Amino acid sequence: MQSVKKAKLVLENGLEFQGFSFGFDQPACGEVVFSTAMVGYPESLTDPSYSGQILCVTYPIIGNYGVPADEVENGISKYFESDKIQVKALVISDYSFNYSHWNAAKSLDQWLKENKIPGIFGIDTRELTKVLRNNGSMMGKIVQEDCNAELACVNPNVVNQVDQVSCKEVIRYNEGRGKKVVLLDCGVKNSILRTLTQKDVEVIRVPWNHNFNEMEYDGLIISNGPGNPDFCTEAVENIKAAMGNDKPVFGICMGNQLLGKAAGAKTEKLKFGHRTQNQPVRRVGTTTCYITTQNHGYALDAATLGADWEPMFENLNDGSNEGIRHKSKPFFSIQFQPDGVEFLFDEFIKML
Amino acid sequence: MEKISKVLLLGSGALKIGEAGEFDYSGSQAIKAMKDEGIETILINPNIATVQTSEGVADKIYYLPVTPYFVEQVIKKEQPQGILLAFGGQTALNCGVELYRTGILEKYNLKVLGTPVQAIMDTEDRELFNRKLDEIDVKTIKSHAVENLEDAVAAAKELGYPVIIRAAYALGGLGSGFCNNEEELVKLAEKSFTFSPQVLVEKSLKGWKEIEFEVVRDKYDNCITVCNMENFDPLGIHTGESIVVAPCQTLTNSELHKLREIAIRIVRHIGIVGECNVQYAFDTESEDYRVIEINARLSRSSALASKATGYPLAFVAAKIGLGYGLFELKNSATGTTPAFMEPSCDYIVCKMPRWDLSKFQGVSREIGSSMKSVGEIMSIGRTFEEVIQKGIRMIGQGAHGFVANKEIVVNDIDKALRQPTDNRIFVISKAFNAGYTVDQIHELTKIDKWFLDKLYNIIITGKELMALNSTDELSYDLLKIAKRQGFSDFQIARLVLKELTAQDSDKGLLEIRKYRKSLGILPVVKQIDTLAGEYPAKINYLYLSYSGDKHDIEFADDKKSIIVLGSGAYRIGSSVEFDWCSVNALTTIQKCGWRGVMINYNPETVSTDYDMCDRLYFDELTFERVLDIHDLENPHGMVVSVGGQIPNNLALKLDANGINILGTQAKFIDNAEDRHKFSSMLDRLEIDQPKWKELSTMSDVYEFVDKVGFPVLVRPSYVLSGAAMNVCSNKVELEQFLNLAANVSKKHPVVVTEFLQNAKEIEFDAVADKGNVIAYAISEHIEFAGVHSGDATIQFPPQKLYVETARRIKKISRKIAEALQITGPFNIQFLAKENDIKVIECNLRASRSFPFVSKVLKINLIELATKAMIGEPYEVPHKSAFDLDYVGIKASQFSFARLLKADPVLGVDMASTGEVGCLGDDTNEAILKSMLSVGYRVPQKNILLSTGDAKNKADLLAAAKMLADKGYSLFATGGSWKYLVENNIPATRVYWPTEPSMEPQAMDMLTNKQIDMVVNIPKNLTQEELENGYKVRRAAVDFNIPLITNARLASAFINAFCNVPLESIQIKSWDEYK
Repeated sequence: MQSVKKAKLVLENGLEFQGFSFGFDQPACGEVVFSTAMVGYPESLTDPSYSGQILCVTYPIIGNYGVPADEVENGISKYFESDKIQVKALVISDYSFNYSHWNAAKSLDQWLKENKIPGIFGIDTRELTKVLRNNGSMMGKIVQEDCNAELACVNPNVVNQVDQVSCKEVIRYNEGRGKKVVLLDCGVKNSILRTLTQKDVEVIRVPWNHNFNEMEYDGLIISNGPGNPDFCTEAVENIKAAMGNDKPVFGICMGNQLLGKAAGAKTEKLKFGHRTQNQPVRRVGTTTCYITTQNHGYALDAATLGADWEPMFENLNDGSNEGIRHKSKPFFSIQFQPDGVEFLFDEFIKML
Repeated sequence: MEKISKVLLLGSGALKIGEAGEFDYSGSQAIKAMKDEGIETILINPNIATVQTSEGVADKIYYLPVTPYFVEQVIKKEQPQGILLAFGGQTALNCGVELYRTGILEKYNLKVLGTPVQAIMDTEDRELFNRKLDEIDVKTIKSHAVENLEDAVAAAKELGYPVIIRAAYALGGLGSGFCNNEEELVKLAEKSFTFSPQVLVEKSLKGWKEIEFEVVRDKYDNCITVCNMENFDPLGIHTGESIVVAPCQTLTNSELHKLREIAIRIVRHIGIVGECNVQYAFDTESEDYRVIEINARLSRSSALASKATGYPLAFVAAKIGLGYGLFELKNSATGTTPAFMEPSCDYIVCKMPRWDLSKFQGVSREIGSSMKSVGEIMSIGRTFEEVIQKGIRMIGQGAHGFVANKEIVVNDIDKALRQPTDNRIFVISKAFNAGYTVDQIHELTKIDKWFLDKLYNIIITGKELMALNSTDELSYDLLKIAKRQGFSDFQIARLVLKELTAQDSDKGLLEIRKYRKSLGILPVVKQIDTLAGEYPAKINYLYLSYSGDKHDIEFADDKKSIIVLGSGAYRIGSSVEFDWCSVNALTTIQKCGWRGVMINYNPETVSTDYDMCDRLYFDELTFERVLDIHDLENPHGMVVSVGGQIPNNLALKLDANGINILGTQAKFIDNAEDRHKFSSMLDRLEIDQPKWKELSTMSDVYEFVDKVGFPVLVRPSYVLSGAAMNVCSNKVELEQFLNLAANVSKKHPVVVTEFLQNAKEIEFDAVADKGNVIAYAISEHIEFAGVHSGDATIQFPPQKLYVETARRIKKISRKIAEALQITGPFNIQFLAKENDIKVIECNLRASRSFPFVSKVLKINLIELATKAMIGEPYEVPHKSAFDLDYVGIKASQFSFARLLKADPVLGVDMASTGEVGCLGDDTNEAILKSMLSVGYRVPQKNILLSTGDAKNKADLLAAAKMLADKGYSLFATGGSWKYLVENNIPATRVYWPTEPSMEPQAMDMLTNKQIDMVVNIPKNLTQEELENGYKVRRAAVDFNIPLITNARLASAFINAFCNVPLESIQIKSWDEYK
């Protein structure tokens, strides 16, 4: 066996889980959440929506195919969802010390070390998941056995996470190509950028609180993002203003919540959120369903929508709102990742 | 939705290689789905040992062949509105396609529920399939036919190297091979063109990964992929022969999503309504892929996927066939969320095939593109090391895990790695121990390094344990790691407590167990819930693992549960019949107000369907694991007599460790199992038995044989190679067998038994309570003793047994039941010659024939036995087999066609893979139905006879005359021809392969398909004689010509088809036989 240091995960409610340290050897603190996605740890760890969180992966064997080298294409990382690891720490059951894959450049362990992110393995992740499921997501910390350092713990839900992950200045892609789409970056995933930049549109990526209404554009996309939408008042105000000019608006994940708020609806915190690749969603009033990837802790309360609006998608597991649209104007949004429903981008572009 | 009130379901018939118990599971689920809707179900399936053909499952059951003729007769009689084709394997699918092509479905206005037949046909025809997938830009495996060198080079360039080239129209692979570059291609192609004017160029996918997806689509075009699976063995080894894991382990998110998207695209384009399996070849160096094939029906993989995820694919597919949308159905695991979902696993499963190749003479042990395995297991855990070690134990071939086994002999490790056999996993272990690195093994096997690295972890831990000598030196951390890696207590004991374990294996194991418990290292029970814990689950589908701190469930500790031990992997000699017994025991336990707990790990079974019991532990049936589960469940007791030999073998150990064995006491089970104890008991009871002796020197063997005379049955206790048992007719054979195949010594004695020729074999299946027989069934073999009871054709009730014989058998059985204080099911095998009766063996458990006799007699012997065992009141049945106005015949299904080179001859070792049971108004009718059910056809014209020794020749004379009178043309080899002619039966002489100058040659007639049936009786069981007819028998199998190798069975079959015209066969359902 590889010689490993013991470590433990301590939850806010006092529960402890014993395991072993890997990755960066330093304690960490954050909101502990679980994801039931069975693959895709390079993508999950770099997903800005996990900003400030400790991620527990329910699939027990992790690290199998290593981590690819970070290749950049058209200004966007080819394999990662952002330019760094966003989680505070990673919690798993069994770590594969040896990886095997043609496009792997390094091990998960090495990648975590380079990014100064601790990991812990040997944890009963199923038990942890059940604790989080029953008690709701909560704060927790990872402490290695010989570590005495005091940790300053910050609950990501009381901090504006969007501000931390959003771009700091305006970035343009596909300049001069077709209509102009403003992408309001609340922590946009690269997969959305990759899909969007493949279309015949110019993409103007702006910081979450940028007043894009002053810009010349044809349509607005509001991206995904981490944490509590209540922090994004500036964004909501800007969206409200944008809706006045009837240009098409398409919200994704956090974008669904912000568009909803701009339309006057309320959001609420889900007990343990949706963080899976298998959320079943139905297009309201049809027999068409989609299996979707999701990552959010808050949801829109569809009952608080104004009379001009209607739900567009609903979650088949818990009935929560998965998307809304305006009854007469070109405004709509989805609560899930657009993989698998990429036609929505085309529908949006057609409206421009 | 159109209203359908009656549907016809086609089953898959007898179990055979490639089509086994998984279809009992899928068919049973489909029936459940229909009943749920209040739809009447009509089932055609001659496999009488299945759960689906039981009372209370399908509404009407026809034990008839699943062929277009019989299906049409049933349709005519029953007038169903719908038909289900996807739940009975290839047999049902092929039959369905034929019914569609011939217009029968249309004629009777029968609606195909689920995937339309045209879509099925698109997937079955290679060319149609490729064209269909071309339409949606999905890559398939294609060959380019070229006629000159330039075109060959161009084709290879287009396909990309490496390529395979084959000379078209050339047999035996002449002019074929791999080319890695243009130079090699030119060289080989030049050669190929000398063999053939046309050369096929194909992309070589050697070493690619093999990946499978299970997809469901509803009529609203909603699609889900329920499970993805990865083969441990790379492309080139049939997926049924591969170790398979789920979910995929070495694929990235982008790779899996790509394959998922393609799978859905295919299923939509083909127009599947229900379930479909998509198999891919996947490059190891890029995201390149090819679709190998798709199965538009429930399959072995879909059964595995259901068990791997907890998602009931067959049930959902059946509902979709009725017109439901996925979102309208509930996920039965949670009861609240919809069936429109893709399960998320938080564990890994591993499927391993179980082979039984040592049962077959002459068969090749290499595994490759055709399936040879007869069963499979699935292990569940939370590390790969854990599932592979569990899995190796589960296949039940004497191994204890990946390490700490008896050393196997491998002469050339490189070759054994390159050309895998059924021993492959052990060769890898051997190679590691011989110092091979992961890279080297990868080069030779092309198995992904990820798997090999994990296997190497086990080797390392094994070595660390090996370095220790006592539990004092065994640290908590190392022990915990070993357990997480799936080491059994026995493996650890063998590695650490070397001497103690060598002396007494159980002592070592128990010491490790005690020490481990003292350290608090215990397995935890986890749930399979389809959602990885995201939502609370209602199902009690469980497994045990050492990667965890807490149980998912609570234990009532009220002594109100009863554990039933299942049958494990299907193997030759133990298959679906024990699943039927297990399920019936569980049902009875539940009916009597107890909670039924199942332990079993065979994904092809109904007993591992989690809604068959209160708790399903999908886990090992080892002593250790059964104790673990017992410790947690603290049940009232345990039933060990319905799952065949595996649980039976555990009885004594479990009893010694304080487990309450329900039914016959363990010491009596041992008295029946232990040859010496049983024999002396028979002597004491003055019951006759064939003379036998356990001997440890050759001179003792000769002395014994001098006394009893040849032939003798020889059973070595240690087998070097080949079959474990053999009949020896003379001294030469005896010497040859004992010198070549076995080893005779003090340590490895051999049991020699007198072998009675021309004796009847009789089965006594019964239930007793505290030593009193309360129900029984006597059945007789059609064949004389010498054909294994599992291969024999069995008749019940017996038609040719003296009343006196039956009376004596009952009397002896009562004596035995009383002496062994039997409570529960048991079976005794007898030999009878005239009224002289000898006992061959006695099993204090349910036997293979329990479902057959129960269903013919219409008395559920397992229900009765279970009530007796758990002490619930029961009614003693009054009906006797002599009251029946009909006859049941159980016939065996052989899979020789799959087993290249195997000699299709029957002997003392069992070779059949399955069975059917059919009912008839008389023996002839029942024989005909059952023989047609196991693939025989009524011959058209020409019959080839080689009728064996004088006795057999005489026995077959009447049958031969009948054939001649019926207008059949008889062809016969030398002696047989002479005998026929001498007896005034016209016949044409044909010649053996050893008479090459003469015409006509028997072999030519077979290869030219001029023969419709072959009767080939080996003269005796000597190797020489067996080889003589081998070529003819093998050719019959290879060219799909019905073959019979037993004179008595041949007579019975000939009698049947000469006297019963096909049209006169009664189309009667089970309940019409009263």
